Amino acid sequence: MDFADTQKEAAFREEARTWLKNSVPAAKELAGLDPIRQAKLWQKRKYDAGWACITWPKEFGGRGASAIEQVIWNQEESQYELPGGVFSIGQGMAAPTLMTWATEAAKARFIPKLASGEEIWCQLFSEPAGGSDLAALRTRAVKDGDDWVINGQKIWTSGAHYSDFGILVVRTDPTVPKHKGLTYFYLDMKSPGVEIKPIRQISGEAHFNEVYFTDVRIPDSQRLGAIGQGWQVSLTTLMNERASIGAGGSAVGFDSVFKLAQKVNIDDRPAIENGAVRAKLADWYCQEAGLKYTAYRTLSALSRGAIPGPENSIGKLVGAPKTQDMASFAIDLLEQAGAIRDQSLSGELALYQNAYMSIPGLRIAGGTDEIMANIIAERVLGLPQDVRVDKGIPFNEVPTGSSK
Amino acid sequence: MNFEFSEDQNLLREQARGFLTDNCPTTLVRKVLDTNAGHDADLWRKVVDMGWTATVIPEEFGGLGLSYLELVVIAEELGRACAPIPFSSSVYLATEALLLAGSQAQKEHWLPKLAAGEAIGTFAMAEGAGRTTPKSLTTTVAGGKITGTKVPVPDAGVAQLAVVLARHEGGDGAALYLVELGQSAASVTPVPTLDPTRGHGELKLSGAACEALGTPGQGWALTRRLLDRAAVLFAWEQVGGSEASLEQAREYALGRYAFGRPIASYQAIKHKLANMYVKNTLARSNCYYGAWALNANGPELALAAATARVSATQAYYFASKENIQTHGGMGYTWEFDCQFYYRRAKLLSVNIGSEGLWQDNLITAVEQSNAA
Repeated sequence: MDFADTQKEAAFREEARTWLKNSVPAAKELAGLDPIRQAKLWQKRKYDAGWACITWPKEFGGRGASAIEQVIWNQEESQYELPGGVFSIGQGMAAPTLMTWATEAAKARFIPKLASGEEIWCQLFSEPAGGSDLAALRTRAVKDGDDWVINGQKIWTSGAHYSDFGILVVRTDPTVPKHKGLTYFYLDMKSPGVEIKPIRQISGEAHFNEVYFTDVRIPDSQRLGAIGQGWQVSLTTLMNERASIGAGGSAVGFDSVFKLAQKVNIDDRPAIENGAVRAKLADWYCQEAGLKYTAYRTLSALSRGAIPGPENSIGKLVGAPKTQDMASFAIDLLEQAGAIRDQSLSGELALYQNAYMSIPGLRIAGGTDEIMANIIAERVLGLPQDVRVDKGIPFNEVPTGSSK
Repeated sequence: MNFEFSEDQNLLREQARGFLTDNCPTTLVRKVLDTNAGHDADLWRKVVDMGWTATVIPEEFGGLGLSYLELVVIAEELGRACAPIPFSSSVYLATEALLLAGSQAQKEHWLPKLAAGEAIGTFAMAEGAGRTTPKSLTTTVAGGKITGTKVPVPDAGVAQLAVVLARHEGGDGAALYLVELGQSAASVTPVPTLDPTRGHGELKLSGAACEALGTPGQGWALTRRLLDRAAVLFAWEQVGGSEASLEQAREYALGRYAFGRPIASYQAIKHKLANMYVKNTLARSNCYYGAWALNANGPELALAAATARVSATQAYYFASKENIQTHGGMGYTWEFDCQFYYRRAKLLSVNIGSEGLWQDNLITAVEQSNAA
């Protein structure tokens, strides 16, 4: 056991650090560009220099780097404030699914452009009637010659409005039990019949969309896996989803709230001198450190080429509620002024107030806290599944409710 | 970077687990509890024969000269078995204190004895309720004689050597002394505790012979360093016990049926167990880092130790109480083993300072590393 860099790792870190220092875009380079163009500019620059998606094979635009090198890269890149975020679904979920299930030709066509950021992908899984119970989705696909014709509705699709392609799970056979009647495709988001409507969140923003399909035609060549194998293919995506959502750092964390506690006072003394404040911060430090070292421990498995296991559910299950609690606590530290949500008035650019309003979504996206706990209970601890009243019943005979 | 134990260390773990399964079944823990014996002398002798007390002591002092990565492996297994022996007092505290601050002569005299189990050591810090600080200390030394009352002192009844924290005028206000127990001016009275499988006592010093360990006036700094080191080792014991609590709860929940199905299939129980797993996993990961920092003995130790300690304390408390809850009424009976972990969890959590004290230490360590 050794948490220090080896000689090779230290050399890699130095190389990454030097390249970043010389290549990070200056503020004036990004000025005037919308966030997507900013992100594309940075991604393409990394790609051209061999620093994009570094663990991917070189043939797909990666660097063939090890999982440990990825960690080192992330540590170094996170020293800078950089545009990004729009590629996480494509690179984190679509790409691993394509690598596992697509034809060689499709891999060669799509994966390098995912790495370079030239093409953005979205994920069309959830539906109004299929959330935590994803396999209850109803969007239909019917074969017509060499095409499939899609009708239905998807929901919670991040970035659908600026995505070039999407990964899609649909029902191809409603007469068999729900998990067996699904098939997985990818499609061009500009296909005729695709209609995108933004959903306004409680934060006031609109990252998500509803996506409607009306007689959308997808060639059978864009199917991933066999007909009826869609659930299995989805699991590849979902495990990577949990890994990538869990891995996302937040601006609200120990460091920021610790600094805030040094800055604001409680009874004329810095809040950080208060015992209750210290105790809470210590607990959050323990959670953050625990997640970090847990991730380091799973690296050896990833280095051996294993796909991320159910253990990854921990990152999201602990990280999202922690961030929510920390945002809430930071607002409390500001006392009455904590109520103000204004970039100029509330200090810290309203960081905590904005986080407070956006985190409820993180606890739901990519599997709710409750689903994560079920995954750990069932797949890590080997506890029995809950009773499923729809088990073995043809999908079109399963009872449905009236709530959205 | 490499985040795993070596093959040899994993082999040691298997060997330790096998040994403790054979020699420290819960029936043995129960025997010590029922008889109020305080420890099991026979198990202690066997553990000494395994060489575990000699693990990190250098070969020149009769030890095995292994690393702390070997010692944490043993600590975890002892914690898992709720071993009723004075291992933490003698190995994590007394031995560590000598390794940290002992003179050559002190090391030559005591370390071979501690390694061979000819002497059991302990650390006498507390003087009744409340946090111990240099200002709170009333034990004093005059003319080479130490006077004061230390309570509770873990394993005082079986120890031959106590490292005693005393007040000192000047410096950081404290000093450490080696006190041989068994002398008439050092009397020990047993004290009942939450966990009678680990005996504790009141140590009354009335002008007992003593010898300074380290420089008087630097005793508080030394104590802090000693406790940082011990905290990692305690944390590994705690993680071992916490893991055992989860395994026991899981096994019971799978075998216990209510309303026609195993209670392990109800989400209320599944989520409880998942929560235990999450807390255990984070604590274990922090213990990995703690073990590395202890072994490397670098500037990271204070923060790494507090992090491991706080998360292991919380994980063990949670797992041991929810293990009882998962067992329902049977978990509350004397007949069932759930009580061993519940008792030990709290004992270990206060033995070298409470959760609150270590939370405070953690933030202090962050402040110091930011200032550095």
